[in-house]
Amino acid sequence: MPLVAVPGATSRLRATRQALRAATAEDRARSLRDAATAIRRRNLAMISRAGQGHIGGDFSATDVLAVLYTAVLDLDPENPEAPERDRYIQSKGHASGALYATLAYAGFFADAELDTYMEPLSALNGHPNRRKIPGVETNTGPLGHGVPVAVGTALAAKLDGSARRTVVLTGDGELQEGSNWEAAMSAAHHKLAGLTVIVDRNRFQQGAGTEETSGLEPLADKWAAFGFAVQHVDGHDHEALYQALSAHPDGPDADRPVCLIADTVKGKGVSFIENRAEWHHKVPTADQTAAALQELAR
Amino acid sequence: MTTAAPALHDCRKVFAQTLIELAEQDPRTVAVCNDSVGSSNLKEFAGRFPDRLINVGIAEQTMVGAGAGLANGGRVPYVCAASPFLTGRALEQIKADVAYSRTNVKLCAMSPGFAYGQLGPTHHSVEDLAWLRTLPELTVLVPADPAETREALLWAHEYDGPVFLRIGRTGVPDVTPHVPFRVGKAATLREGTDLTVIAAGTTVPAALEAADKLAAAGVSARVLNLSTIKPLDEDAVLAAARETGRIITVEEHNVHGGLGSAVAETVVAHHPVPMRLLGVADEFTPTGSAAFLAEHFGITAEGVLHAADELLDAATPASAGTPGAATS
Repeated sequence: MPLVAVPGATSRLRATRQALRAATAEDRARSLRDAATAIRRRNLAMISRAGQGHIGGDFSATDVLAVLYTAVLDLDPENPEAPERDRYIQSKGHASGALYATLAYAGFFADAELDTYMEPLSALNGHPNRRKIPGVETNTGPLGHGVPVAVGTALAAKLDGSARRTVVLTGDGELQEGSNWEAAMSAAHHKLAGLTVIVDRNRFQQGAGTEETSGLEPLADKWAAFGFAVQHVDGHDHEALYQALSAHPDGPDADRPVCLIADTVKGKGVSFIENRAEWHHKVPTADQTAAALQELAR
Repeated sequence: MTTAAPALHDCRKVFAQTLIELAEQDPRTVAVCNDSVGSSNLKEFAGRFPDRLINVGIAEQTMVGAGAGLANGGRVPYVCAASPFLTGRALEQIKADVAYSRTNVKLCAMSPGFAYGQLGPTHHSVEDLAWLRTLPELTVLVPADPAETREALLWAHEYDGPVFLRIGRTGVPDVTPHVPFRVGKAATLREGTDLTVIAAGTTVPAALEAADKLAAAGVSARVLNLSTIKPLDEDAVLAAARETGRIITVEEHNVHGGLGSAVAETVVAHHPVPMRLLGVADEFTPTGSAAFLAEHFGITAEGVLHAADELLDAATPASAGTPGAATS
């Protein structure tokens, strides 16, 4: 059975977005925090049930996803290929748990579908498949694919004279792939101001720190040198993320693409998972799941 | 009987003209390239549609990824680059962003095979069919002449899905002027009953020349132009096996994994008959022009005749019903 949107999802999502935009910073931050917590709890349950997943990279990106899907992007779950939708491209395909839990939260498909995560013949593979999952723009998993595709969607918008945005989330470790830097060069050359690259800067890759493996620093200088307007943002501060994602740092006449370096904590939200390389794809035991859910409830 | 040498054509020219027509007719049409504006024959396109010629620079992964993104944005991108770099450098993008994502990207592989001759194996593309034939969802086309190149492009534009096209630079004669081009269907260029020669692209003329020589020697050779490598026309291949009992494949590609392998996979599963597979031996090519390399590897009419002799002298084909009855 193909996945289909929850009836009324589009109007609910748009109403949420409008309300969040109109809310006070304090109310907005509280709502966004609640959304992120709900997504993390669901994501944890999925991984625990499936016995597989990438919880560290899921949790470092959850706050970014919660802000994008509830307050920033113009999306249409009931018509997921509406031509004028904003494009969200997740280059770190292994953080599928966070993506799927967010898509279900936004109503792209029923929450119950998340219980099939990684099951035989499930639409919800370990890495996202756009042909099975509404809301997924491109199939990722191999690293360094998202930014080049995002250059294409941003070029298409520019050719159309459309204001629709492209936001691409990339892991930090995957910036070791050269394809990103080809694409960055091209994005700046083509003045793709509608493109925002968010780097999930949790400083870890599969087995060790990024700086121990093949150092990325000075990362902001690199993106700036490639022609991007670069900003650091606390990747777990919902209001800061909302503000950073809501306007181009160069103003309305901008002609540079944007790079937001989201400083994040791998495994954010659960003390015994945070900042530990082994939790890149470790699966919590039943006791650990219970303890983690308790921490996430606070 | 002698005839004047036929005019030879560079298929990139008709490709470029047809792409301009498509761009005139359909504003969704864009060309994406890796600095290959010249070698992909896109200069006129660039002059006519400067906004719709996207040169990402020497960056094949971005070229293919951006092509997928453009398709996501409703464009019909023609991603143009020399075949070795398009397929080799960006193979994972072709797999994940184009085939697995099933995006409406048209991959236009310029100067495939050993068209670059003396520039050597780094610039040859004799692995592309093997690599791409294993990707689900991708249609793989090898047009033989200008007429087929044009038809293949027009078809690809109408088709909503990923397509790979080999666009040759080697001079080729018109070989299919009166045969309709149908994707997924082999064209029978000569009827025959004793054996079948299956060719594609630049090797079709050698197959036709060999068939003419065989006819003069009293051997009736069928010639199939297999311009669609994938999906394979299994009916035509199996009819050839059943009705002629011997098959020779000839391709500008490594003998492993390409047209010959595709044919053999079908034949061995459903109607095994003796075959000979002509192509580049499994070695990196020595220095030489495209014509020299074709001779060197026997990808020629003479090579086909030699293979035909072997097959005709060998055991009686299975279709005759007395396997092993005759030996040479």
